[in-house]
Amino acid sequence: MGGPPQRETPRPLLPGHGSMDLQTFAVQLLNGVQYGLVLFLVASGLTLIFGILGVINLAHGAFYMLGAYLAYWLTAATGSFWLALAGGVAIAFCLGLALEQLLVRRLYGRDHLTQVLMSYGLILVIDEARQILFGKDVHSVAAPALLAGGIRLTDLQTYPVYRLAVCIFCLLVAVGVFLLIHRTRIGMIVRAGAENREMTRALGIPFDTVNRTVFAAGIALAALAGLVVAPISTVFPGMGDGMLILSFVVVVLGGIGSVAGAAIGALLVGLTDTFGKVFFPSLSSMLIYVVMALVLIWRPTGILGRREA
Amino acid sequence: MTPLLAVAGLEAFYGASQVLKGIELEVGRGEAVGLVGRNGMGKSTLLRSLMGLVPDRRGSIRLDGRDIARAPPEAIARSGIAYVPEGRGIFGSLTVIENLVMAARPGCGGRRTWTLERVLALFPRLAERRRHGGQQLSGGEQQMLTIGRALMTNPELILVDEATEGLAPLVAQEIWRTLDVIRGEGAAVIVVDKDMRAIARLADRIVVLAKGEIVLAGRPAALAATPGLLERYVGI
Repeated sequence: MGGPPQRETPRPLLPGHGSMDLQTFAVQLLNGVQYGLVLFLVASGLTLIFGILGVINLAHGAFYMLGAYLAYWLTAATGSFWLALAGGVAIAFCLGLALEQLLVRRLYGRDHLTQVLMSYGLILVIDEARQILFGKDVHSVAAPALLAGGIRLTDLQTYPVYRLAVCIFCLLVAVGVFLLIHRTRIGMIVRAGAENREMTRALGIPFDTVNRTVFAAGIALAALAGLVVAPISTVFPGMGDGMLILSFVVVVLGGIGSVAGAAIGALLVGLTDTFGKVFFPSLSSMLIYVVMALVLIWRPTGILGRREA
Repeated sequence: MTPLLAVAGLEAFYGASQVLKGIELEVGRGEAVGLVGRNGMGKSTLLRSLMGLVPDRRGSIRLDGRDIARAPPEAIARSGIAYVPEGRGIFGSLTVIENLVMAARPGCGGRRTWTLERVLALFPRLAERRRHGGQQLSGGEQQMLTIGRALMTNPELILVDEATEGLAPLVAQEIWRTLDVIRGEGAAVIVVDKDMRAIARLADRIVVLAKGEIVLAGRPAALAATPGLLERYVGI
């Protein structure tokens, strides 16, 4: 990645906007891709839940935060990051099943305002639960020993092994999700249900079960993102908020309900954000929205969105 | 012997308006029933009610003696009814094969009359286009796909709503031919269509619906023998 180590004097790429050599570029590229891949985990769940259940889940970012706190708590409790990873995903999935049964199923077919209100309420409940269980301190989680350390790029620069592992892991999960949706019968049923719920039921597919599983899987994906990010970022109370907004940008960019679209959208947002901060620091906070506006002018239903019939 | 389907006192409502008013209907095993009537008389609503797709329905529906009047559509489908909706309702984002495979299920008692191979053999056109997306198909091919998809659930009873509407005569003929084959395999069918002659050839019995009630029922030949009778209710 980034070619063989080279020694050369940094050469400005864009006059007046800082300079960047090949290594730095490669590092930023990796950072952007890694950020995009984590974003994909969160956004793919959001797009599935919206596309198939028709529910806007504002609490999706809260589950990302919950995942990070689970990483902190379970790593401390079990002494193993790997156990925390497995346990955290399992807890999030079960929580998703329970919430679907208890609350979310009441939202099917309701108007969006009701859904927004209830999932906003859910954010408050999750935040309060976090406050009671973990307090409001900022925590950090150590990367597992196996993936500690860094890869030397030059004499001065190293790239953390853990970040690279996150890239590969997220990529594998993304491929797994893609294969599940596009190559298996479960995926066919899920896609069919997203297109025409009534017809799917009339073919004998128990849609209650499909809904509950999709919701729980979406929640588990958001929590998984929080779990793997915990050793990179700090674990703090508001970490889900920014993620939620960006995930919505990704979902709209990619086309609502499209997992492949979410992958493209997430990489686009990840790279735009990372390189925006390097090249146009003063504009970086709005650059993502400029990109979103441009894409929506080009394709009003998103990059892979289904066109209105 | 109990009939396959026994409907008694079936009423259906869309909001305040009552669409079905006390339907009494029995369908025997392997029987083909043609359901006719003018537009807006409740034919589609009757099929949708049988499939459990009309939320506000009252009365008794028994399939093989079991009460399915209040069952959800997925349970009704699993007890042996398949639905070929008006306007086709294929999954456009799925390929032909995926449309068929997602619905595959053995019928009651584990019967597997219809497999992917047999359905593709019945519709060679679908076999040719197996990798195509649903939205790339012509109207006739989409119709074959909905029928094929219904067969994949190995049903005891198939409800077919306006399958030949808007199709070229040759394609419509092929649809009728396949409905004949399906009957030959022992499944009962209720067919709604405007083509009285084709219905008369296929059906054992014709049921005429007017203003949400069954006003006439009988063998096709008997109905045709009374001049002016069908004309009054069907408008041919």
